[in-house]
Amino acid sequence: MKDRAKSAVSAISVLIFCFLYIPLLCVAVFSVNASKLGLEWGGFTWDWYIKLFHNEMILNAAWNTLVLAVVSTLISTIVGTFLAIGLYRFPWGKKVLGRLDLLLHLPVVTPDIIFAVALVVAFSALRALTGLFELGLGSMIMGHITFQIAFVALVIRGRLELIGTDVEEAAYDLYASHRRVLFKVLLPLLRPGIMAGAMLAFTLSLDDFVISFFTAGPKSTTLPLFIYASVKRGVTPEIHALSTLVMILTILLVGLMQWITNRSASADNSLSH
Amino acid sequence: MADNDHPNAEAAPKGLVIFNGVMKKRRALMWRGFGFSSLGLGWILIFLALPCLSLFVVSFATRGDYGDIQWTFTLENMKRLLGFGFFGWSADNLLIFGRSVVVGVVTTFLCVVLSYPLAFFLAMRPDRTRTLWLTVLLIPFWTNLVIRTYAWLLALAPEMPLASLMARFEIIERGQALYPSVFAVYIGMVSVFLPFTALPLYTAVEKLDWTLIEAARDLYGKGWRVFRHAILPQTLPGLSVGITLTLIPAMGMFVIPDMLGGARYMLIGNLIQQQFGTSRDWPFGAALSLVLMILTLAALSASRRRHTTGEAHR
Repeated sequence: MKDRAKSAVSAISVLIFCFLYIPLLCVAVFSVNASKLGLEWGGFTWDWYIKLFHNEMILNAAWNTLVLAVVSTLISTIVGTFLAIGLYRFPWGKKVLGRLDLLLHLPVVTPDIIFAVALVVAFSALRALTGLFELGLGSMIMGHITFQIAFVALVIRGRLELIGTDVEEAAYDLYASHRRVLFKVLLPLLRPGIMAGAMLAFTLSLDDFVISFFTAGPKSTTLPLFIYASVKRGVTPEIHALSTLVMILTILLVGLMQWITNRSASADNSLSH
Repeated sequence: MADNDHPNAEAAPKGLVIFNGVMKKRRALMWRGFGFSSLGLGWILIFLALPCLSLFVVSFATRGDYGDIQWTFTLENMKRLLGFGFFGWSADNLLIFGRSVVVGVVTTFLCVVLSYPLAFFLAMRPDRTRTLWLTVLLIPFWTNLVIRTYAWLLALAPEMPLASLMARFEIIERGQALYPSVFAVYIGMVSVFLPFTALPLYTAVEKLDWTLIEAARDLYGKGWRVFRHAILPQTLPGLSVGITLTLIPAMGMFVIPDMLGGARYMLIGNLIQQQFGTSRDWPFGAALSLVLMILTLAALSASRRRHTTGEAHR
C-alpha cells in the first residue's frame, strides 16, 4: 500500500480508538474526582470506591451478578458441550442436521429484545402451567443459559472439527467402550474448546443487559440493572466508581480470554508439527 | 450418496453406516446423538423457539383490564400497528418503524465506512502486536452496553470540551448538554456497534490477496475503482457478516435511544419495552415484536442474497 494511504489509515484508526475509549476514560477519571456535584475537578480521592463497599444494595447487586454468571456458565457449558457432540459427531444426514443447526443458531441471530420478550412469554406460560417460574434470579439464570448454550456449542463445534476423528477411531479399534472414549479421549481433547466456551459464556452473561432487564424480579437486581436505574435517577460519583470496577473486570476477562485462545492455538501448532 | 456427509461415516447399505470403522444401524446412532443433544435443543425449543412462535398467536389476543391476556381474537393490534387507534389514525407507529429502519441502516453505513480503515490498520500490524491491537478493540466490545451508553452521558455533558466547542460555534446553547438528541443517539449507536462490523471485516481483510490490488494499481486504477473492483469483492463475505451483525441488533436497540435520545426519539425497541413494562399490553407488544422479526428476516435474507451474488461475481 502507498505510504500516504497507509498513514491515512493509521490516523483514522487512532481517531476511532479515541472515539471508543474517551467516554470510558471520562468515567474512570470522574470516579476519582472529589467534587460530588457537577463535573468540575475537585481533587483526587478514593472515597467513592470506599463508599461502594459499604453500600448494601451495590454489594447485593454484585453478588447477584456473580451468582448469575457462575451458575449459568456452569450449566450452559455442560449442556452446550454435549449438544455440540450430539449434533456434530453423529451421522444425522444433511436435511435433519440443517434443521437442528437452524434451531441452534436461533439464539445467535434473534435480536435481544425479541429474545427477552420470548422468555417473558415462556416464563408466564410455564408459571400458569406449574405455578413455578416466578421472575427472579432463577428465571434470569435460565434466560442466560438459553443464549449461552448456543455460543458454547458453536465454539465446541470448531474444536470438534479441529481435532478430527482419528484418535476416537483408534480408541474404538482398541475396544474402548463408549463411556471410556467420551471421558478419556473426546472430553480431554475438547478441553481448550470447553474452556474457551465457558469464558465466552461468562463474559456474555456479564455483558448482558436487555435479557436481565426483562426477566429480573424485584429482588434480583444485578450491577447493570442497578447502574441503569441509577442513571435514570441521576448519576453519582459512586456509579462512576462502580462502572470503572466493572470495566477493569472486563479488561481482565478479555485479556484472559485472548491469552487462553493464543496459548491453545500455539499448543495445537506444536502438536501438528 | 447423501449419507456420506459426515466425517465419521462411510458409505454402507441402506439403514447402516460404517461409523468409526464399525458397521452400525443408523437409527441407533441417531438415538445416541439425540441423547447427547436433546437437553440443549429442548432448552432452546422451550425457552426461545416455541415462545417466538407463540408471539404470533398472542398478537391476535386482547389486553384485559389488569394487563392480562384475554383470548378473544381480534385484528385490533394489527390495526393499531398501522396507526388506527381510539382517536382515529395517527402516523406515530409507522414513523417509529421507519425511524428504526433508518437508524439501523445509517448506523450500519457509518460503521462500515469506519471499519474499512480500522480493518486495514489491524491487518497491517506485525504479528507480534496484532493480538494486542485486537484486544484493544475487543475491550469496548465486551464492556457492558449500559456502561458504554452512560459513559457518553458524561462525555457529552455541558461541562465537557465537545459541548463547549459546539457552543462556541453556536450549534447549541452554552451550558446545554449534547443529549438528548439524534446526534447523541448516532454517536452511541456507532460506538457500540463498530466492533460488530470491524471484527468480521478484519478477518476478510487479513486474507486479502494483495497482488490483485497491485495489479489494479498497475493498470492505473484510482482509489475508488481499486476499492470497487479489487478490495470490495474480496472482502464481501466479511462485510456481509458485519452488516448482518450490526443491522439486526441496531434496529431492535432500546437502551441507547432510551438514555441518549429522550422520549421523543423512540425506536421500535422502546415501544416493545413499553408494552411489556409500564403499559402491560402484551398482545400489542407481541404484534410489535412480529414487526421487528419481519424486519430482521428481511435483513437476513438481503444479506444472504448479497453474499451469494458476491460469490457469483468472483
